[in-house]
Amino acid sequence: MILISLASVACNGGRDDVASASDFQGDLLVSAAASLTDAFSEIESGFEEAYPDVDVILNLAASSALREQILEGAPADVFAAANISNMEQVADAGEVTGEAEIFATNLLQIAVPAGNEAGVTGLDDFANEDLLIGLCAEDVPCGEFGREALASAGVTPAIDTDEPDVRALLTKIEVGELDAAITYVTDVMSAGGAVEGVNIPVEDNVVAEYPIATLAGARNPEAASAFVEFVLSDQGQAILSAHGFSSPDH
Amino acid sequence: MVEGPVGEGLEARFGLHRGDDFRLELDLAISPGRTVALLGPNGAGKSTAVAAIAGLLQVEWGRIGLAGITLDDPDAGIYLPPESRKVGVVFQDYLLFPHLSVVENVAFGLRSRGMSRSDSLARAADWLTRLDLTGLEKRKPGRLSGGQAQRVALARALVTEPDLLLLDEPLSALDVTTRGELRRVLDRHLEDFPGPRLVITHDPVEAFLLADEVHILEEGVVTQWGTPDEIRLRPRTSYAADLAGSNLLFGRASAGLALVGSHHIHLAEHDIDGDVLLTIRPSAISLHRRPPEGSPRNMWETSIELIEDLGERTRVRTGAPLPLTAEVTAEASSTLCLAEGERIWLAIKATEIGVEPEDGRSSSG
Amino acid sequence: MGSRRLTIERRAVERARRPPVLLIVLAGIGFAVFAVPFIGLISRVPWTDLPELLASDLVIDALRLSMVTSLAATLVAVLIGVPLAWVLARLEFPGRSLVRGLVTLPLVLPPVVGGAALLFALGRRGLIGEPLNQATGLLLPFSTSGVVLANTFVAMPFLVITVEGALRNLDHRYEGAASSLGAGQWTVLRRVTLPMIGPSLVAGLVLTWARALGEFGATITFAGNLQGRTQTLPLAVFVALESDRDVAVALSLVMVVVSLAVLLVLRERWWKAL
Repeated sequence: MILISLASVACNGGRDDVASASDFQGDLLVSAAASLTDAFSEIESGFEEAYPDVDVILNLAASSALREQILEGAPADVFAAANISNMEQVADAGEVTGEAEIFATNLLQIAVPAGNEAGVTGLDDFANEDLLIGLCAEDVPCGEFGREALASAGVTPAIDTDEPDVRALLTKIEVGELDAAITYVTDVMSAGGAVEGVNIPVEDNVVAEYPIATLAGARNPEAASAFVEFVLSDQGQAILSAHGFSSPDH
Repeated sequence: MVEGPVGEGLEARFGLHRGDDFRLELDLAISPGRTVALLGPNGAGKSTAVAAIAGLLQVEWGRIGLAGITLDDPDAGIYLPPESRKVGVVFQDYLLFPHLSVVENVAFGLRSRGMSRSDSLARAADWLTRLDLTGLEKRKPGRLSGGQAQRVALARALVTEPDLLLLDEPLSALDVTTRGELRRVLDRHLEDFPGPRLVITHDPVEAFLLADEVHILEEGVVTQWGTPDEIRLRPRTSYAADLAGSNLLFGRASAGLALVGSHHIHLAEHDIDGDVLLTIRPSAISLHRRPPEGSPRNMWETSIELIEDLGERTRVRTGAPLPLTAEVTAEASSTLCLAEGERIWLAIKATEIGVEPEDGRSSSG
Repeated sequence: MGSRRLTIERRAVERARRPPVLLIVLAGIGFAVFAVPFIGLISRVPWTDLPELLASDLVIDALRLSMVTSLAATLVAVLIGVPLAWVLARLEFPGRSLVRGLVTLPLVLPPVVGGAALLFALGRRGLIGEPLNQATGLLLPFSTSGVVLANTFVAMPFLVITVEGALRNLDHRYEGAASSLGAGQWTVLRRVTLPMIGPSLVAGLVLTWARALGEFGATITFAGNLQGRTQTLPLAVFVALESDRDVAVALSLVMVVVSLAVLLVLRERWWKAL
């Protein structure tokens, strides 16, 4: 099918506009970090509108889980991670085609249930044994960054749970079972009124960089490239920005 | 009306409902040393009666008293749970606990009533000896013969020295070849039990041979009671008549042929040799003006000794060579123009004749 | 004639004894479905580092916690599940089939849903959890008791349905016989009912324990994940899979060995009992 579309480009010759909607089709498997859930759902719609014959399938999980899946040979066309190290491990294994690109950045924020009954004001409160404190598990990007921020603030947290990914952590804040957790700014924003954010001072905060790349094992490499381009395009960046992400340029 | 404690025996006058449309009413009194049989077809309420007397079901009205103790009296708010009654029950199918050994089964009642383990096992062992069960102490009930299981069940019921012995279909779990012998063993043990005994059965032979008094239970109501002879001579319902009139014949069987007196009767059962008890229901005997055609191999000409009109049915006593009681529909009776003193042909199918091995007796009962 | 018929009959018997090839092939595939994943797991075991991995705090904590919580859940299931099975089998009451349906719901429900339901009911902000927390200070989520509760919720149906089935099939005239022999209701239960359903009870216990040992979804949702407090073997495997695959494989191996050993031992006992 790809051959046919290339041939048609060749026959028509000299087309200077971007590949038209009919050029790509089939399923496109995108493995994206759990913190991208809402933004990528919207990107999926935008992309499918531009390329109606492509069906984007989002596989959302912790970046580390996605990394393992890719390294074990699970099919995927695009990988969007929440930190550099997971992408590097995939790249080191030769699973990435070309260079990974940073498409968004994110900041950490303390998430508390609406109303902040426990009166959490900053990272210091994470040492309070009486509060129910949650972090992402150590090997998940949000867990790694969260611990970095706490270390920078000199706080030894009294952790009650290491959640396997940021969404699970956020859910426990939403239902009020935890008093405080460290998540991304974007997560707090996505939770709407159920979760409030408490800012982490810039000196302790960690900038999470989100890399994206097409994968060597891609079954649909052309569409994969188009997807990455779409994410980096103004339209894609606008969607990410609407969900609280910053553009890497800023 | 609450009656005071009466005598040493069982006084049971009560009623209760089962489900929407079944009602049992019973009125019986059994003095110590006497055996009463409650005889009835399936669904007559016999099991309900057992359950009520044993306390497994609560009666709705009336009173059950045993050895001067009131077991049930709903009006007075009295209900003794089964574990507090001194009723020894030999259940249908015996219901020996499969996970316990024979001696543990027998000791169960004593243990439950607080006796120490060693004492109860010793007492149980005594009873096993008394009932000829020595050597089977450690065996599990699944590996007992029917007769052994019956005696273990009897020992289990008797070891607690109950005030009433209740036997629910004590012989129905046995195969036909051992039933006769075991009935006599049972008869002997019943004689040894000093209290009142109640035998529940659907088998008229069992009732008539074991009991001093028979109560016929039909659809929850006792329709007739009396001594076995009274019932047999003057049955008041068709069920009673059918049972009561049953011809019981003792004979000697060999190769499918039974010699009764000097008369031979063909049997369907070819494997039983020796003394047998034959039962022939009156309705299984057909009467004919002329020698009947077809298969019946037991057929002879006889005389009509007595005709009894039972309403829808007519009972006919026949004479030599083998006195029997037959029963025909009133319609058949009038078609045949039966009259006392006349000659008639009689036929019985071999398959309608019940055969049980029997030993030691030779005269007909 | 007679002898020829005998040979024909014998031949027929022999043919009946030779199992159909297709059946054997399908059975082989069936076994492979179970065996191949374990071979895959074992092929990844880092044998040289294994002793060191198994001695790590993470593994020892998870193993200890899994043992404690799965056995505690089994015990709780016996204490409340057997009475529940008895009531379902023996008492007629309106809505009994609804109750039975609810009891078996955790069998079909994704455990995560069960965990969420537990959170809404017994969490700190839960229907019962909130007043309970205010009255007693008791907090089930993120605690070892929470793990036991999640395990019980998911695993107890196995005990309830096996015991209920056994009680239904039990001829309850035996219990009547026992009470007529002077045994009170508790004695009947202890000396007749429970021994008579013994094999089913053991089967139910094994299934319940095995299910509790493998429980993941409800536990992580309701009780969270903290080493030494709520991180059972399955949770530790899940988390380790994303960070250190060797640890994950070592943990998985521990689970397989422990489960297999217990199941084999119990099965052996059980067969002997029958």
